[in-house]
Amino acid sequence: MTAAAITTAASARGAAFRRLIGQEALLAVAIIVLAIVVGFINPRFLATRNLSDILLGNAYIAIAAVGMSMVIISGNIDISVGALIGVLATVSGSLAVAGVPVIVAWLAALVIGVAVMAAQGAVIAYLRIPSIVVTLGMLSILKGGLISVTGGRWITDLPQNFHLADLSVFGAPMPVIIMVLATVLAALWMRHSPRGRAIYATGGNPEAARLCGVNPRRTVLMVFALHGFFAGLASLVYATQLRVIQSNTPQGLELTIITAAVVGGVSILGGVGTVVGSTLAAILIAEITSALVFINVSPYWTDALRGALILATVIADILRRQRRAAQGWKR
Amino acid sequence: MSVSVETRVFRAPPWLKRHETVLAIILIIALVGLGLMNDRFLTLDNLLDQGRFITETGLIALPMTFIIITGGIDLSVGAIVGLCAIILGHSWKTFGFPLPLAIAFALFVGALAGFVNGFVITRVKVPPLIMTIATLALYRGLAEGVSQAHSVRGYPEWFYFLGQGSVFGVPAQLLLLIVLIVIAGVVLDRTTFGRTLYAIGANETAARFSALPVDRVKLIVYTLSGLASGLAAWVLVSRVTTTRMDMGTGYELDVIAAVVLGGASIFGGSGTIWGTVIGLAMIQLLKNGLALTGVKGDATIVVIGVALILSVLVASSLERRQD
Repeated sequence: MTAAAITTAASARGAAFRRLIGQEALLAVAIIVLAIVVGFINPRFLATRNLSDILLGNAYIAIAAVGMSMVIISGNIDISVGALIGVLATVSGSLAVAGVPVIVAWLAALVIGVAVMAAQGAVIAYLRIPSIVVTLGMLSILKGGLISVTGGRWITDLPQNFHLADLSVFGAPMPVIIMVLATVLAALWMRHSPRGRAIYATGGNPEAARLCGVNPRRTVLMVFALHGFFAGLASLVYATQLRVIQSNTPQGLELTIITAAVVGGVSILGGVGTVVGSTLAAILIAEITSALVFINVSPYWTDALRGALILATVIADILRRQRRAAQGWKR
Repeated sequence: MSVSVETRVFRAPPWLKRHETVLAIILIIALVGLGLMNDRFLTLDNLLDQGRFITETGLIALPMTFIIITGGIDLSVGAIVGLCAIILGHSWKTFGFPLPLAIAFALFVGALAGFVNGFVITRVKVPPLIMTIATLALYRGLAEGVSQAHSVRGYPEWFYFLGQGSVFGVPAQLLLLIVLIVIAGVVLDRTTFGRTLYAIGANETAARFSALPVDRVKLIVYTLSGLASGLAAWVLVSRVTTTRMDMGTGYELDVIAAVVLGGASIFGGSGTIWGTVIGLAMIQLLKNGLALTGVKGDATIVVIGVALILSVLVASSLERRQD
């Protein structure tokens, strides 16, 4: 690395750090304040059972949002991830029912997840097709393919030892362990390793990144492969919680995952954000969804609220950037 | 080297090399092929019937062509269809509007939804992709919230004319689509507004320095996209006789695939209405042909997804060779 590259990386780290402490602290405060307010209106919201349900039921969204954050930070987008999680859940469930050792069934989800996403990453990075076109096409391929292969049948009679999500280590349930590990390891890797920094460099300015010795294409390919790994992990947590695997995932799953990444402080213009923020945002979104039920708002308003949340965050992010750019010029 | 010798011997006329011409030839081959495989396919009744199904996505594909030519995209169109269908049904049934007023209100809401997209895209400079992903969630959510999952049915008889009636044997909505195709084609090809779209897509900064009203033009095309989605909702509700909150789900895929298949560059600056019309026809005939040969509906969206990716791949590799 040249001296210039090191200085750029250091100052980018400083700026990102200052900015993200803000976003992450804000999210943490929002999670706590919301819990207190809703708990005041309806104390049952604060029951341990409900809080753990929120965390366990949505850990997979936070895990998938880790990969999505990397994709968005690298300056791309992926709207096929919801469909992919559905496909992977069905594949590993079917394998387990067919009598394959559960370890193999779990690994299959990870391997296929990486393969599908790496293929998309290769087309995006090396053939220079915009990520929105590739992932929109892949969304329909996966969604249509899944339904026409399974014929909409549900997978039942899953073997008892398939349910990875039911395990716990030292009293901590597996979904939460995986979520925390994925978030912390990814956050440390992205902040401190050269390859992790390369993601920010590529998203911030691919040409500048190239001149600093980063290979933007290889970085995008790597990001998508990692995103596939996290999608596989998310599908495992999702599928092994279920007693019956249906051939459809929750409606608009990819939007929830994108919302978590964006609300978590990942700038949609690329180059900025952390996965700690996206995980906190995933928890906040799940908390809001649950809170609506407890304050007697119809759950049919959840999606509108999610849309409003992502819109407000995006607009605030862009306005903040513009203000900063204007200040920079004045100096 | 042998390639260059051959091109010297036979030089194809430029019109033959146009993307639209190539597509039209593929379309004719596909038509004949599907016709040979299934004798119900190439009948006038079947083809006119397909005209009914093409209209909803076709109406939206016209402004989508404009948007993609400017280098933008609108992913919220399917959600706007859902929102407008719900507004139409519920303002009539639940709020007791007279039906014509309910239709007008739904169209207004569609245009407003598109205007909001365009306003934030031009004023706040949010990238169109992100803005319309956000409003995709928001508008679909509003449709769910307003409807509370209740569907509306039992419209008066006259309301079904647009979706089910015919004029001289031609489906009513197809006539509407044809009129709008001609208008859109003329606007794009022969007016300052249309040429401005290409200028924006080719080089937005240059267009601004040429004193073109870039923001106003963009605002207009996104508003038109919302209005067309409202119109599509009206046609759709009239055709299927009921209003549900999940209407229009996935329309963005069909519409964008049609426009891109029709030769519009996803990077902006090129594209024609005629290409889009051929793209629309290809997608619908593909769906219909596959359905008639026994392929189920879910498998056809796989084919559309593949067609979308392949057409962009081929187009971009051709562009690179020309460079």
